[in-house]
Parts: sequence; structure tokens; C-alpha cells
Amino acid sequence: MATTSVKKRAPWTRKDRAALGKALLFLSPWILGTLAFTVFPLVYSIVISFARYTGLSGIKWLGVQNYTRLFSDPLLGKSALNTMWYGVFAVPIGLVIALLLALAMNRRVREVAVYRTILYLPSLIPIFAFSFIFVVLLNPGYGIINKFLSAFGVATQNYLGDPVGAKGVIIGMAQFAAGNAALIFLAGLNNVPETLYDAAKVDGANAFRRFRSITLPLLSPVILFNAINGINAALQVFIPAYIITNGGPNNSTLFYLFYLYKNAFSYAQLGYASAMAVILFLVGIALALLVFGLSRRYVHYGLEV
Amino acid sequence: MVTTSIEPTPDVAPRPPVQTTRHGGWGARIFLLIMSAIFLIPVYWLVVTAFKTPTDLAQASPSWFPRSWRWANFSDAFRAFPFGRFFINSVIITALTVIGTVISNMIVAYGFACLEWRGRDKVFYIVIATIFLPSAITLIPVFDLWGWLHLVNTWFPLIVPSFLGSAFFVFLLRQFMLQIPRDLLDAARIEGASEARVLWQIVAPISRPALAVIAIFSALGAWNDFLGPLIYLQDQKLQTLAIGLQYLRQTQPDKITTNLLMAASLMVILPVVIMFFLFQRYFIRGITLGGVK
Repeated sequence: MATTSVKKRAPWTRKDRAALGKALLFLSPWILGTLAFTVFPLVYSIVISFARYTGLSGIKWLGVQNYTRLFSDPLLGKSALNTMWYGVFAVPIGLVIALLLALAMNRRVREVAVYRTILYLPSLIPIFAFSFIFVVLLNPGYGIINKFLSAFGVATQNYLGDPVGAKGVIIGMAQFAAGNAALIFLAGLNNVPETLYDAAKVDGANAFRRFRSITLPLLSPVILFNAINGINAALQVFIPAYIITNGGPNNSTLFYLFYLYKNAFSYAQLGYASAMAVILFLVGIALALLVFGLSRRYVHYGLEV
Repeated sequence: MVTTSIEPTPDVAPRPPVQTTRHGGWGARIFLLIMSAIFLIPVYWLVVTAFKTPTDLAQASPSWFPRSWRWANFSDAFRAFPFGRFFINSVIITALTVIGTVISNMIVAYGFACLEWRGRDKVFYIVIATIFLPSAITLIPVFDLWGWLHLVNTWFPLIVPSFLGSAFFVFLLRQFMLQIPRDLLDAARIEGASEARVLWQIVAPISRPALAVIAIFSALGAWNDFLGPLIYLQDQKLQTLAIGLQYLRQTQPDKITTNLLMAASLMVILPVVIMFFLFQRYFIRGITLGGVK
């Protein structure tokens, strides 16, 4: 924006138009993609959320009926609660584990590259294959988890057969992706100037104090990034439940997106599913704004020294 | 915004050398060892189970090692699933996705980074805003869109979007291309090179590290994609590995025994793991690029 004069809105010159034309040519794939896969879906979701629509027959307008139905649908309430419980546990636990891993790796242990590779390895495995592995690990007959826990006197049980256990398994499984967030934290830790720690040490600050007053504030933008990523993923948790438990037992792992998927593609209730999608979208925005709002108090951007 | 440089040009300051004032404490090491052991268990159990015999699996107490290593599980898995078919399908879809991603995002990022035009920065805010759009809200409308085009149950819905750019990849590439010195591009323009030529002969070669990052991540995304094939592919002969294995696991549980499923899963994962070890530094760059302010 190299405007030399005071007038902010200079009229478009022929040169400006030529530059824009050239740019539009390069931007055209993105423009087409955004219209087809962002703008159109947003508008279309809102429109058909006010209709009964099976995908085959015509559209029947229902007004806000889909939305009022959301409030009286017990399965919807259950799926929303399931997702909430998942997020309440999976997101903070995931952040803490990733942060601890990053702090440990930042201690300049010599063989850190080995740990980095091992800790990232589970993030590479497709979630469907990882789900297959967990089915095997948890099998009461030949699984290793029961065998391991029985060494500590825990009775063998079928965790997937119990509502709380099944949810716990899916939350626990998600933690194996911590390597990804840990590497992002590690990059953030690398940007903290060593001199700050040295100065704090001279001033007599202990390790905890240094962590609280230097590491945490300087890392806060990265924490915010990982938190928003985590919340976003939690709102859309679906595939592990689809493969491991198929939503059971007793709908305890029927997560919001899973129920949305069922309404759309199994029950052909595209209008109702769209109303669910619109609500999920709004909740996602509200949570992001909430996190951003909280962060304004705690997140430090840049060093002001 | 992105402070971890991925060294596109020599004039970008190198990272400061790794500080050595703090040395590895044993506490950190023990914690990392324990966590590494835990993180390895699923992978270990996958490999071990893939080699076990059915009688081994039927034992009351599971063994940490196969009592005998059964290589035939892999050939059996190959026969129990239409594995070759699924594998080839996954390879084709992944390859086309990578090609589309690299070409389209390179062109669009060039428009945002190397061309000067009025309103550029404002339009770029739209790109950033769309990064955070959850995919759930686009699920149904995009499905309908492909239905109207009569392209459900083909590979088009899985491949075509990659040819139309991705907000996140455009963002990453733009950050990288902004570090290329303007003089270099202007010199070529003065000598009469078209924009397409500047992109292809100057910007693309310099951007190779960043292009490698988006190629790797789009490959990983396509290879591991579950929801896309689940929604769009119905014909078994079109299925990818992800859905193919799950479908057969559900429909023929007696034929798809656990050891065969693990052997098949291992074959799905192996190409990704090999790619990771070959391109590890690009992986690490890609992960940290997006997250660092």
C-alpha cells in the first residue's frame, strides 16, 4: 500500500485495472474454489436448514421447525453432551501433555531427535488404522491393555462395553496425537531468548517462577493456537466412534458430527442435518471468540523489553 | 507473522545456533523415555499382531512376541481384501491431489505475494478467515453440488477441490514467497518475462522447500482421508484403503481376522512412515510453520 499522497481513495487508473486483471487470472482457482466450497455451502446450509429436504424429492419449507425440533430431540441433546464431555477432557489434557513433552524436549537432551520421531509417529497413522489398533489393544481376550492393568490388580473388563469406559477410550486415544502440538510448542520454546532465563536466574528466580513469568507468557500465542485447533477438532470428533464403537454403547459415543452424519446420509434428513451444522458453526464461532476474548487478557504478542 | 524461516534465500538471517547453556536433566529424560514407550505401544502391537498366527491370538494370555512369525498373513491379507485394487486407487487419488495442490496453491500464492494490485491485503484477510471454517457446515451442500453434477460415486469430489487451492496452503506459500527479493522478479520483468514465466522459472524453484511441505501434507491428508471416500464412494472397485478395510471388517468379520486386519493396516501405514523418514525435516517445518506467530 504505497500511497504517497494524503488522498486515501485515489481513482482507479488504467494501470490499476490492468494489475487487477492480471491478479484475478492468478487468483481464479481460489475464487472458484471459495465460491463453490465456502460461500455456496454457507448460504445453502442456512437456506435448507429451514426446509424438509431428502436430497431426492423437492424442498418443503418448514420455517424454524428444524430448529425447534433440535430442542426436543433427546438424541441431539445426548450427542451435544457427549461432544462437550469429550472436549472438556480431551482438549486440556492434550494441551498439558503436549506442553510437558515440549518442555522436556527443550531440555536439550542429547538424543532429542529420537524422542521427537517416536512421539510424532502416532500422528502419522491414519485415524481409521489407529482405531483398528485400539480395538485390538482393548480386546478382553488378546489385548495388551487388560494384561498390563491386571499386573496392577485391575480386573479384566471390556472397556468398550461401558458408556464411561468407551468415552474414556476415545479421549485416551486422541492423546496419542500430542506429538503434533508438542512440536508446535517446541518451536515456540525455541523462540524464547535464553538471556531472559539467565537474567531471571541472576535475580534469584526459581525454576517454577521462571516458567510462570517467562515461558508461559511468551508461549501464550502458541497455546492459543493449539487450544483453538484442539477445540475445533473436538467439535468435529467422529471417525474413532464410527469405527470403534459405532456410537454405542447406549449412544454414549454418539458425538455431534456422528449424529449429523447419520441424519444426513443414513436418514436422508438433509434439512435437519443442515440446522445441526448451522448450530455447530455458530457454537464454533462463539467458542473461538470466547477463547480470543480470554486470550486478550493473557496472551502476549512479542517482547516488550 | 511466521518467524521460523524456512531459508528460501541466502539473505534471510540463519537461526541462532542451539543454545547450550541448559543441559538435559535426568528428569526430562526419564519422562521422555516413559512417554516414548507409551507412544510406541500401539505401533508395536500393530506390528506384532500382524505377524501372529490365529492360534497365537486365541491364547488366553496375550504374548508380547509372536510365538512364530507368520509372514503369510500379508499374502493372506492381500487375498482377503481386494487390497491391490484399494492400494492403487489410494495411490492415484493421492498423486492427483498432490499435483493439484502444488500447482493451484503456487499460482494463487503468487497472485497474493508477487503481484502488486489494489486491495490485495484486504482480499487476503478473506483467505485467512476461510481457514477457520469448519468442514462440517460444507458437508451437505458440497455433497449436493456433486450430486447435481452427477459425479457422486466418482473420484472427482475427492480430487477436484485440490485443484482449486486451499486457504491454509495459500497462506503458507504466500508467507514464503514474500521473502523472495522483489529486485529478482523486477529484473526478469524488465527483460520482458511474462508473469507466468517469472512464476515458473524464478519463484517456483526458489519455493521448492515450501512446495515440498504442502506436497507432503496434502499427500498425508489424501492417503489418510476417511470422510471423503465414506461419503462419495459406493462402488467397491472405487474404494480407497481407508474405507475398503473398514467396509470389509464390518461385512465379513469372520473372514477378516485380527491378524489379517493388522497386516493390512501395516501395509497402509508403511508408505507414510517411509515418507516421514525420508522427508522428516520438511514434516517438522510444515508442522511448526503454521503454529508459530
